[in-house]
Amino acid sequence: MEPIGIAKELQKKFPDSISEITTHRGQVALMVERTPIVEMCRVLKTDYQMNHLNCLCGVDNLSRKMAHGERFEVVYQLYSIQNRVTLRLKAQVPESDPSIDSITCLWSGANWLERETYDFFGIVFNGHPNLQRILTAEGWEGYPLRKEYALRGDTEWKGFIELKEKARQLSKFDFYGAQVEQE
Amino acid sequence: MGLKDINIGLSTGLVDLPEWEKSAAFKDYQELEAATAQEKSGGLGVWLARLEELVAIPVNWGRSNSVWPVTFGLACCAIEQIGSGMARFDISRFGSEVFRASPRQADVLIVSGRVSMKMAPVIKRVYDQLSCPKWVIAMGDCASCGGPFNNYAILQGVDKMLPVDVYVPGCPPRPEALFYGIMALQQKIRATEKLGVREKDS
Repeated sequence: MEPIGIAKELQKKFPDSISEITTHRGQVALMVERTPIVEMCRVLKTDYQMNHLNCLCGVDNLSRKMAHGERFEVVYQLYSIQNRVTLRLKAQVPESDPSIDSITCLWSGANWLERETYDFFGIVFNGHPNLQRILTAEGWEGYPLRKEYALRGDTEWKGFIELKEKARQLSKFDFYGAQVEQE
Repeated sequence: MGLKDINIGLSTGLVDLPEWEKSAAFKDYQELEAATAQEKSGGLGVWLARLEELVAIPVNWGRSNSVWPVTFGLACCAIEQIGSGMARFDISRFGSEVFRASPRQADVLIVSGRVSMKMAPVIKRVYDQLSCPKWVIAMGDCASCGGPFNNYAILQGVDKMLPVDVYVPGCPPRPEALFYGIMALQQKIRATEKLGVREKDS
């Protein structure tokens, strides 16, 4: 079945939750509500053999000035290995309550992808077995891929401040008593 | 090799020449030049010196000709570093072919690539584990000053946490550039006067 056909059948099953079906260069994308995302993915996985989660990521639409839709999106890129079709779900996540249900019950590979999305966008995945930061350093503050996050960060990472202090203390034991360049 | 070549070769290119000439590093290079000239002319005419200085000559000669790097690579510069170790470029011509897998057996840490914030404590630990005497080469633009990565995740130059001896510009530097850096480090080692006893805890 073509992806647009799957999208239309899915819209019949979830009439209230799918607000828009768009096609761009043959790629079909569905703009969906966040509440039935697990059920929707389950239907796609079992009934339409969309058995491979290609990618899961977050989007911050702050500067896009969308007429509809929320600030954050979680994008699910699904692929059917048997039928060779691709489908994209764009779940809308509001800024006031950035949370969505986890799909680790369907694809355990979503575990780290959801952690990454949480790490960079601060979107909480309900029911995730181990929701903690994955890529940024320990004790990181802020969500770097949000638009309001400064390019160089708002504050210096406290781990590095500790490290500089340690380097300063240890520098007198250096070979030539070398001093680390102070800022 | 003129003084200006050293300036061009070793500064990151961000420093203006008049400012550079005022800096302490410039004074070091002047002394280094003088020491090298003395060495070349077969100088050291009078063999009356402090024992430490006399001992320093053969010791520095030995140290400078066996600068062993620690096996440590961060990014694309590491590929050039590997390339310089292979037969075509052959880092062993300068006595640095022994990439030790343990920092305790190595002399120099070649920071080859961009240093992410998460990697910084690891590099600091590797540096601390190097046995004295130890040196650091910042290889490439990223390790020298952050390079193109002007963002929250990348440390803007490894000299913010380690005392760097030689900066090698390039993105990534070719093996020849790394060799130039190693040879500059060798000159620096040969010009060392005191053998560097660890200072006591104050």
